[in-house]
Amino acid sequence: MSDSQGPIWEVFVQKKPGQPFVHCGSLHAFDKEMALQNARDLYTRRSEGTALWVVPSSAIVSSSPEDLGPFFEPANDKVYRHPTFYQIPEGVKHI
Amino acid sequence: MKNHDKYHLIFAYESRIFVAMENANTNPKMEEWFDAKLQKNEMVEPKDWMPDNYRKHLIRQISQHAHSEIVGMLPEGNWITRAPSLRAKIVLLAKVQDEGGHGLYLYTAAETLGVSRDELLDALHTGKAKYSSIFNYPTLTWADIGAVGWLVDGAAIMNQVMLQRTSYGPYARAMVRICKEESFHQRQGYESICHLAFGTEEQKQMAQDALNRWWWPTLMMFGPTDANSPNSANAIKWKIKRESNDQLRQRFINQTIPQIEYLGLTVPDPDLKWNEEKNGYDFGTPNWDEFMAVISGNGPCNKERLKARVDAHKGGEWVRAAAKAHADKKREMEFAA
Repeated sequence: MSDSQGPIWEVFVQKKPGQPFVHCGSLHAFDKEMALQNARDLYTRRSEGTALWVVPSSAIVSSSPEDLGPFFEPANDKVYRHPTFYQIPEGVKHI
Repeated sequence: MKNHDKYHLIFAYESRIFVAMENANTNPKMEEWFDAKLQKNEMVEPKDWMPDNYRKHLIRQISQHAHSEIVGMLPEGNWITRAPSLRAKIVLLAKVQDEGGHGLYLYTAAETLGVSRDELLDALHTGKAKYSSIFNYPTLTWADIGAVGWLVDGAAIMNQVMLQRTSYGPYARAMVRICKEESFHQRQGYESICHLAFGTEEQKQMAQDALNRWWWPTLMMFGPTDANSPNSANAIKWKIKRESNDQLRQRFINQTIPQIEYLGLTVPDPDLKWNEEKNGYDFGTPNWDEFMAVISGNGPCNKERLKARVDAHKGGEWVRAAAKAHADKKREMEFAA
């Protein structure tokens, strides 16, 4: 598909220092500097962030919806990975 | 021709643009899975299987929504250089910039469905795609800018609040961002109209004149009545829309009349009357022939709006070419180094 607007980039915004970067949308740009500037103008017009990541969409690898069952299935029967699986005698504190 | 048939013709014509995407992707088993997913109120994401008609409906709706944001910059941009104060000017600039941003969120949401930005822009520039008919009306006085923010954005918000819960994930997420930003648009519009309505007699007249001209076109923004809206049934079935045109129009009227009363202005509808039984206002019939004329290209500003968009796109061609050449050259240099 021809695109006169340049390739698509995905934008991730960090709200405050220390917080995770969260995907907020995408945009078109010809290079990384332009992608970063466009991301600032498009997604942080109201100080929504203190840091930005831009990633070419084509570089993102994602799982397929059809895989939903089998791909994530190995985690389903491992309740012992959660703290609530274990019984602690009454009266024992700070654990 | 009956109105119903006319709408059918127009929408059938529009959906032909995306006929290339049609690949007879019918699969009863998958459709069952899809319907069950919607029943559970789960969001549909770009890589999920979806019926072709769902995809086509979304591309049409999201791209028309995007076009409306972009074309919507024109009637307001018309007043930036003539804003009556520096405060009014920075507010209007910020609002018009937001509309541009909203268009971009929506275009990228539509692109997740497998259509390119160029195809979408081409459909707008060749007149194949529609945009909200409201933007084919002129902004004649400064009061119109207040009226557009208050009424037009107010009506848009009514629709967009509902769309935050639309079934397609990227569209819903774009709507959440847009709704956050739109409430400033509506409030600044009402503030501006307040200044006029409580100003000199001449200013009050300006506000009344703007209300007289924008009231009916604003009510038409919600689209044809439910009985004449061929796309509504599917939109509701697929949970793209969760309320009908008539429901949204009624709610907008119920909320807006008290705002008009506060201003001391008169609603240009002799049939408007409170109906205790339905706990809402009864109102007159919009001029649907005018709606059809405007949507078919014969409104006061259709040609001007389209020309402005095409000129802007052509005018930006050298910028895009230069940006691409610069990016290509830099990549080559990085590669050589």
